[in-house]
Formats: sequence, structure tokens, C-alpha cells
Amino acid sequence: MMPAIRTENLGKTFTLHLQGGIRIPVLRSVELGVAPGECVALSGPSGAGKSTLMRCLYGNYGAGTGHVWVRHAGREVDITSADAREVRAVRRDTLGYVSQFLRVIPRVPTVQIVAEPLMARGLARDAALAHAAALLARLNLPAALHGLPPATFSGGEQQRVNLARGFAPGYPVLLLDEPTASLDAANREVVVALIAEAKRAGTAIIGIFHDTEVRDRVADRLFEVAPLQDAA
Amino acid sequence: MTALMTARGLELRFGAISALDDVALEIHPGEVVAIVGESGSGKTTLLRVLAGMMPPEAGQVLYRGEDVHAMGEAARRRLMRSDWGFVHQNPRDGLRLRVSAGGNVGERLMAAGARHYGNIRTEAAEWLQRVEIDPARMDDMPEKFSGGMQQRLQIARTLVTRPKLVFMDEPTGGLDVSVQARLLDLIRALVAELGLAVLIVTHDIAAARLLAHRMLVMRHGQVVEQGLTDRVLDDPQHPYTQLLVSSVLAA
Repeated sequence: MMPAIRTENLGKTFTLHLQGGIRIPVLRSVELGVAPGECVALSGPSGAGKSTLMRCLYGNYGAGTGHVWVRHAGREVDITSADAREVRAVRRDTLGYVSQFLRVIPRVPTVQIVAEPLMARGLARDAALAHAAALLARLNLPAALHGLPPATFSGGEQQRVNLARGFAPGYPVLLLDEPTASLDAANREVVVALIAEAKRAGTAIIGIFHDTEVRDRVADRLFEVAPLQDAA
Repeated sequence: MTALMTARGLELRFGAISALDDVALEIHPGEVVAIVGESGSGKTTLLRVLAGMMPPEAGQVLYRGEDVHAMGEAARRRLMRSDWGFVHQNPRDGLRLRVSAGGNVGERLMAAGARHYGNIRTEAAEWLQRVEIDPARMDDMPEKFSGGMQQRLQIARTLVTRPKLVFMDEPTGGLDVSVQARLLDLIRALVAELGLAVLIVTHDIAAARLLAHRMLVMRHGQVVEQGLTDRVLDDPQHPYTQLLVSSVLAA
């Protein structure tokens, strides 16, 4: 099957100009393809570059070499070289990313943070808010919190807001960076179920899962990200 | 989709100082673009040149294909009334302080052709509410307002005519932090709702991240880096951008 997202000779080196121009190679010649409905877990020791790879896939980091091809609106778009407006369109319609930390926007209520990507895709405001509230409830976030900005929430509560925002639109490609890191057992189960449902709906998922039990339940295969020093 | 505004080859010197050095940019409908950099980097000069308030020594600014600096003063003023808006850092530069709050908003509507007094007053009241000013204060003079309120009034006055392109020069500069957050949230919501294209000059990196889809980093009159806002801020390439980003205090 045609991959929903794939990399081609993807490489990333950081140049730290403030530290005398030191160069830190992190990724080299990464070739990863994920089909619709498939979940691939990135594995490898901490510091190997798993999060860097995720950020490159989302276009949050630029690439040093190679391409990241995402199937969007019937064709493949290279996230590494597409202009900013096209990357925004891909992120709105096709590519979702649940980071480890929620970037809180002052004064914006939780339910609206979750509903925003739905409205950006054209869903009517009321329908978007209803969908957002239902997903937050499923992630056991009490309705009393939905109207508050999440700035004062606990880490686990913020992560659930982040998860709801990431899962709500049903993106064809979803990147998950430690989605269960600060969740209790009950909420971990909800996330496992959400991932299974997304896969059935045809979503291609790439995840970093510290929790090996969760990983083994959701991932179809592992993709090894090795530290470059060891690989050399 | 075609660009709303295109600028290329912009040059401007103040004596020995290069304020604009071969600057080019494009802005598309609905796009929010932040211009960041330190004082003296040329960012406010760029905004003024783009808005037709100051001519460049070389280069062109096209608005929907028309040369902004060749069209003549009257045509530029017409654009300022119909298609453009300008939000000044100091609200006193954008408001008429001896005209009531409602009058400040209504005046822009009248300049754009509205004639019916009742409709103008109703719409002015609606806009005051949208920027969180109690419509009961409609007949008060903006002189009596706090800085944050004056700035919100300036935004209402600017947006009431539904411009396509809004220039903002440090709109949160000089305000208390809590007032800034409220204003940023308000700008963010209005821009998304109205689908405005915005060029915003700021030295506040956090504000730029919150509002802008795309970012240009200026230094010594040059654009040293540009692109998707989160990529420029999280994976800066140019030494100056790396310095700028690493200098921001995380709260």
C-alpha cells in the first residue's frame, strides 16, 4: 500500500553558532514509511534522536538532507521544502502531532483549544465544541474544567487536553510523542483504545512510547533510531 | 492563490545606516506574518514602507498588482480607508482623543461610506463589545481610558471597516503583561474570525509565536531568516536568530 508518510534519505545536523559553530549530527539517511492504518513505534535509547525525527516529520525542524513526503489532497507533499502556507494546509488537514507538553494560550478555555483544529477544517462552531467536550469527557476530564484555560491544570490533565486536540480531527497521519507519559492506568487504557480506533479508521501513526506495555499493544512494528556514534 | 502584497528589492539608507537592504516579502490573504528583530533592525521602517507611509530608495511594493509608491497620495489614502488598517504602538497616534469612543469607531465607518446614524451607532457599540469595552462608555472620551483600553479601542476603530490587510506596529508594547495577554488573545481571535492578513512588527518573540503563521527575522536592515513560525523559533539556522531565541526568558 502507498505510504501515508515516508522519509527519503532524511538527515539532520544541528549547528550551534553560539557554541563556536559546533555541529551535532543526529539523524542520517533515515528511510521510514508508514501505511494507512499502521502504527510504528520509534525505539532506541534516550538521546538517539527519536523526538528530533518526530519534529522533522512534522516540519517543526528543518531537514539537513532528504525529504519527508506526506500524502495530502491526493498527492505527496515534501514537508521539508514546501512553503509555510502549504505546510500549514498539510497540518490542518492531514498531519497531527501530539507533543509532550501543551503550549498554553492565555485565556483560551480548554474546550476551545480542542475544538480549534476542528473549526479550522470547517466544522461549525457548535458541532466542534460538542465533539471536543465529548472527547475530553472520554479522557476523564471533568466538565467543570472544560471552560477553564488549562494553565493551572496538572501535567496529566494538560496531556489529556493535548491528546484530545490531537485525536479530535481524525488526521490521516498522527505523530504521538510519549502520549501516555503522565497518565494513570485508566487514562492509559483510553489512549490505547483511541489509537486502535484511529488505526481502524486508516490513520498512519508514528509514536514514541516509553511504556513498553502500551507500545507492544498498539504498535505493528518497531523502527530503530540508533545514536549516530554507535551506528558509525 | 495570489499574493495580496508583494515587495521586492527594497532599499533605504539613513546616512551611513542601512535600514532596508534588499528586502523582499509576500503576504497572502488570511496570513499573519511577524517581523521580529531588535530596535534599529529596520522592522518598523519596513512596515512604514510597505504601508506607503515612507518611500524606499529602490524597490517596489505591490498591493494586488498596483505599485503603492507610484499610485499617488489620494489613491493611497483611499486604500488606507477601504482595504488597509494600521494599528500604532501608541494608541494616541491612531485615535482621536477628543472624539468619543463610539465616534472613533463610527468615524472610520463614515469614511468608508456609511451614512445612517443609527446603524453606525449600533455597529460601533457592537465593536466596543467585541474588544471588551462596555458600550455604556461609548460617549466617553478615550483620554479617560487606560492604555490597554485605548489600544483595544484603536483595534476596534481599525477593524470595523473589515480591512483585508492590517499593519501592526508593536501593538502590545508599553502595556502591562496581564493587559498584553488579553490584547494578544483578542487580536488572535479577531484575526482568525475575520480572516485578515496581518503584518505585525514586534520584538516580543512569545507574541509572535502566538499570533503569526510565518516569521521574518531582521537584522541591520536585512531579512536574515524567514519561514514557518515554529520552525524559525525551534530550529533557528542563522546565528542571530539563535541568539534572539536563546535570549528569551522562559516563564
